[in-house]
Amino acid sequence: MSVVVPRSLAEALTVLGERPDALVLAGGTDLMVELNEGRRRVGDDVTVVALSRVPELRAWTLDREAATIRIGAGVTYADLAAEPFAGLVPALAQAARTVGSPQIRNAATIGGNVATCSPAGDGLPVLAALDAVVELTDGAGTRELPFAEFMVGVKRTARRPGELITAVTVSLLNGWQGYAKVGVRNAMVIAIAGACLAVDGPGRTVRLALGSVAPTIVRAVEAESFAAARADWSAGSFAGDDMAEFGRLAAAASSPIDDHRSTAAYRHHCVDVLSRRLLTRAFPAGGSPRRPSRAAEL
Amino acid sequence: MTLVDIGRRAQGGRIGDSPTRPDGRAKVDGTFRFASDLPMDGAAWGATLRSPHPYARLVAINIAPALAIPGVHVVLTAADVPGRPTYGLITADQPVFADGFVRFVGEAIAAVAADHPETCRRALAAIDVTYEILDPLIDAEAAIAGDTPPIHPDGNVLRAQHIRYGDPTATGAVVVEGTYQIGMQDQAFLGLEAALAVPDADGAGVELHVATQWLHEDRKQVSACLGLEEARVRLVLGGVGGAFGAREDISLQVHTCLLALALGRPVRMHYSRAESFLGHVHRHPASIWMRHHATPDGAIVKIEARFVLDGGAYASTSSAVLLNAITHTQGPYRCPNAVVEGYVARTNHLPCGAMRGFGVVQACFAHESQMDRLAAACGVDPLAIRVRNAIATGDPMITGQILESVAPVVRCIREAEALALPPPADPDEPLARPGGAGLTADPQHVYRGVGWGVSMKNLMYSEGFDDYSTARCRLVAVDGGARVTLKFATSEVGQGFVTIAAQIARTILGVDDVELDRIDTGIGSAGSTSASRQTWMSGGAVDAACRAVREDVVNAVGGRLGIDPLRLVVDGADLVDSMGDYREPVAVALGDITFDRTVEYHHRPTEELDEDGQGNCHTAFAFAAHRAVVDVDTELGLVKVVQVATAQDVGRALNPLSVIGQIEGGIAQGLGLAVMEEIVQIDGKIRNASFTDYLLPTTVDMPPVVAALVEEPDPQAPLGAKGVGEPPCISVTPAIAAAIRDALRQADGNSTRADRITRVPVRPSDITAT
Amino acid sequence: MSEQYRLHVNGVDHDVADAWLGENLLYVLRERLGLYGAKGACEQGECGSCTVLVDGELVCACLVLAASAIAQPIVTVEGLGESGARPTDVQQAFVDAGAVQCGFCTPGLVMAAHDLLARNADPTPTEINEELAGNICRCTGYGRIVEAVQRVAVSRRSERRP
Repeated sequence: MSVVVPRSLAEALTVLGERPDALVLAGGTDLMVELNEGRRRVGDDVTVVALSRVPELRAWTLDREAATIRIGAGVTYADLAAEPFAGLVPALAQAARTVGSPQIRNAATIGGNVATCSPAGDGLPVLAALDAVVELTDGAGTRELPFAEFMVGVKRTARRPGELITAVTVSLLNGWQGYAKVGVRNAMVIAIAGACLAVDGPGRTVRLALGSVAPTIVRAVEAESFAAARADWSAGSFAGDDMAEFGRLAAAASSPIDDHRSTAAYRHHCVDVLSRRLLTRAFPAGGSPRRPSRAAEL
Repeated sequence: MTLVDIGRRAQGGRIGDSPTRPDGRAKVDGTFRFASDLPMDGAAWGATLRSPHPYARLVAINIAPALAIPGVHVVLTAADVPGRPTYGLITADQPVFADGFVRFVGEAIAAVAADHPETCRRALAAIDVTYEILDPLIDAEAAIAGDTPPIHPDGNVLRAQHIRYGDPTATGAVVVEGTYQIGMQDQAFLGLEAALAVPDADGAGVELHVATQWLHEDRKQVSACLGLEEARVRLVLGGVGGAFGAREDISLQVHTCLLALALGRPVRMHYSRAESFLGHVHRHPASIWMRHHATPDGAIVKIEARFVLDGGAYASTSSAVLLNAITHTQGPYRCPNAVVEGYVARTNHLPCGAMRGFGVVQACFAHESQMDRLAAACGVDPLAIRVRNAIATGDPMITGQILESVAPVVRCIREAEALALPPPADPDEPLARPGGAGLTADPQHVYRGVGWGVSMKNLMYSEGFDDYSTARCRLVAVDGGARVTLKFATSEVGQGFVTIAAQIARTILGVDDVELDRIDTGIGSAGSTSASRQTWMSGGAVDAACRAVREDVVNAVGGRLGIDPLRLVVDGADLVDSMGDYREPVAVALGDITFDRTVEYHHRPTEELDEDGQGNCHTAFAFAAHRAVVDVDTELGLVKVVQVATAQDVGRALNPLSVIGQIEGGIAQGLGLAVMEEIVQIDGKIRNASFTDYLLPTTVDMPPVVAALVEEPDPQAPLGAKGVGEPPCISVTPAIAAAIRDALRQADGNSTRADRITRVPVRPSDITAT
Repeated sequence: MSEQYRLHVNGVDHDVADAWLGENLLYVLRERLGLYGAKGACEQGECGSCTVLVDGELVCACLVLAASAIAQPIVTVEGLGESGARPTDVQQAFVDAGAVQCGFCTPGLVMAAHDLLARNADPTPTEINEELAGNICRCTGYGRIVEAVQRVAVSRRSERRP
């Protein structure tokens, strides 16, 4: 077994080029758990590439003209939960705040979360709602995949051997956005169901992405269209009568299962409830949400 | 926050003070040695191979591929057990290594010793086991019905015990019944199982350093399995990281010793968390039907009940847990007539045994749920009905035993009731709402409920078991002062016995300098650290040993000075003639004599039950009342416990700060059982053997506790002090469930969903009824 | 990379040789460097008993691949305060407030409390709860632990006043 700690992206890519089967280690919150539990056998011929010392991966940059924000794969959930990032993408900050504990948030990276692609990954519904694009790099160059094409199944992605996730780019929307997740405990808990709702005011679209309720993150497109069509955009409100239908459409978009954490029936119910509550926060009865996203000021 | 007056003195400290614990400094700076922190030169690592199947015939075990791995020294199986092949606390029905059959997921099949834990893991993976998979028995009712083939030579019913008291035909004008479910809780101590076994040079003895609850009982079972005399098996208490019942049974003790003796080298063994879930016993899941008959104004006339506990694959302490459960059917209330059927079944589920509360947790959830139903049916306030029926000293229980303990039930209720309710939720603090950081609820989704629970809990062991304790006290003058050295085998598992032992000695002998000797089998048994018994029993032993020394001192000094020893008393740090002028420091009075006494302390004898469940089977009782305030998002079914208030009958608080620690910690465990802790087994296999999915309360889940200590010293207790470890975790669970029901009634305007809350832990889908 | 690497722990360099490179930092600290303060209770990052500081950030040592933690300052509970001389104010407060029972969670909590107070000198109870949510205690129910943290915050504030 060997461990390599590259000091630059170029060095990391070189190693991965030589050993495309190498295990990539970011924060360790997934890979180290597997190692410690013996669920991943690490033979003597394995190479681990530890990315914690690659500075290029730990930066995020704002592109005002394109209204996007490019988040380096090494950016931690602690970084995402803190200002100034939190003010730019509040839903991702909210999701980050629900991830594990302070110790976990200091180590866990967005790149690692995307690479693992568990349907319960807390940041993933936000990425899906914000049209995230995953940037993949290898020795030959860089390519981009929309998140919906990147995540192909439960913990299965379109990443090729030798490719490194180098960044995730999300849209900066002008409008309310928020994340909510249901768990049995009040902290440090895997989502039984999660949802992100994001509003694009100028574009008059509503995005609703659901986590833990299907093999992949789901965009509830029928619910989204319904909400966009029925919202009173100028008043910033949504009729109460339509709320029930919105929740029903959202739940219909999910295909949850029974497992040791919960039941399909309860998860359906959660999607219905969370979707309606998020929409109510975005389009409150009196019009105009209390806390617009900072992106509105750009 | 608490209304308790924490004693003034921080250092030294006598009975009633709250001195800091003697091992506190080492625990905060990381130098305290737990059983997992005991390196030894030349030690090998041990690990255990466990069954992945709940029920299977063991056809063949091929250990050769494991032995072929470099660094693997030895692989042991059932054939390598030199002594008795089985062990057990009550019945020795559990094999050291599976032989012929495996009966639960996690049953030990083999053990290996190697140079590195990773090598051990590879060795375990290389052992080739052939199983013939059998259909597991996972239905406790089916096991009791008697029409399933036995999964063990001793049969599928671990115990059946009934109680018939008074007039079985009596009825009441008001009748309420319900069936209540309690899920399997895990003790989840943080200090994982760990041991170091050091073989004697001649290979005919071994020293075992281990985290355990009862050194002598471990020694008895270990020596029998090793085929060695008890004197050749010496146990030393390694630092214990919590117990809560999971360390009463043998886990890794025999395996570690066998490996060390086979290897001729020390062996360390540590369990992982996943393995720990498999490697110790759990709280019995239970299904309890109860029917209460009462007069129209709520006086209990009769209780009928049927208890079915799932004991899992091996007997452990199941028969005692069942006894506790059924004898606490009536709770802290008078009950003139009772008909109770009790069963604990053997199944292919994880073995169950002791966990803090020991059967009374299950009974209490049922009887407190019933008391609320009774209150509603009679149109009586839930507290009023409890006060109306409260048991008092001198009343009989449904075993026919007269309650002799001090029993301040009404006072506990009233004092808990008097504790201030919490302020309303802050609408601008989303993290304080149910769902926490998940941000699921807005203020309008949340309803606040209040609920009550009251409990009675037996102290010490029962049914004729003489669980005595032993302590040694040595007093000697040293460097111009005096020093007491105490020795006992009492397992310190975090509860703070090491603190109060010194407080007792200082109070009796007037000497501040108290040293504690190593805790090991070099002295007689202290009994188990369980059953809320150590303050009474080991405190009683220390008290008795110190008093014996004091008597020797006054006899010696009186004889020397010509003063009647009966006039000599300890006053502070001095020895004084209560009727004369003599006064000098104890340290001076000692001269150069060493005073040294070892005393056994026994509680009064108890009896077994007859076939009608009648007999004086328990030793003593303690009481507690809990009030829970919860906020519930009734649409999503998420719960935030806002406050728990309690008044607990402690007899006398020897160390008030330690008592508060037990109360807050016990409430946390009861809260866990109420809303989040459950081992999930599907088709006989555990699905959540990790802290990811076996959820313990975090700082965000645990509310502030307000506590009142009810101190009415019990004349039967050697120091007036009752045990305090278990009462805090028992009635808090039904109090939280009742509070959830209260919130649902407010949200719905009716009791339909509330009445369906009949199980703990309460899951979100139980609340939402989706 | 060879199977030898150097870790910088509590201000001291340690060479780790002949190690299996899959060892996590918790194992190396304890079994190779003799620093038994950090504890393993879950090896999943779910309990916080193994909490240490790596490069100034609070992390679970069980989730750090030891061989990757090179050239970063690592601080364990043994490295807090002046060794042998006196406990830190946080450590003393834990003892005084009754926040220590079995003690298995204590080193991790002491680390987390130090980090919390370094970043937030005047935390509210809600903030204390949130910042310590990654440290499980099974014995105390947290009441005395939160009290200990509050005592330190108060006493540090009064020391800062002129």
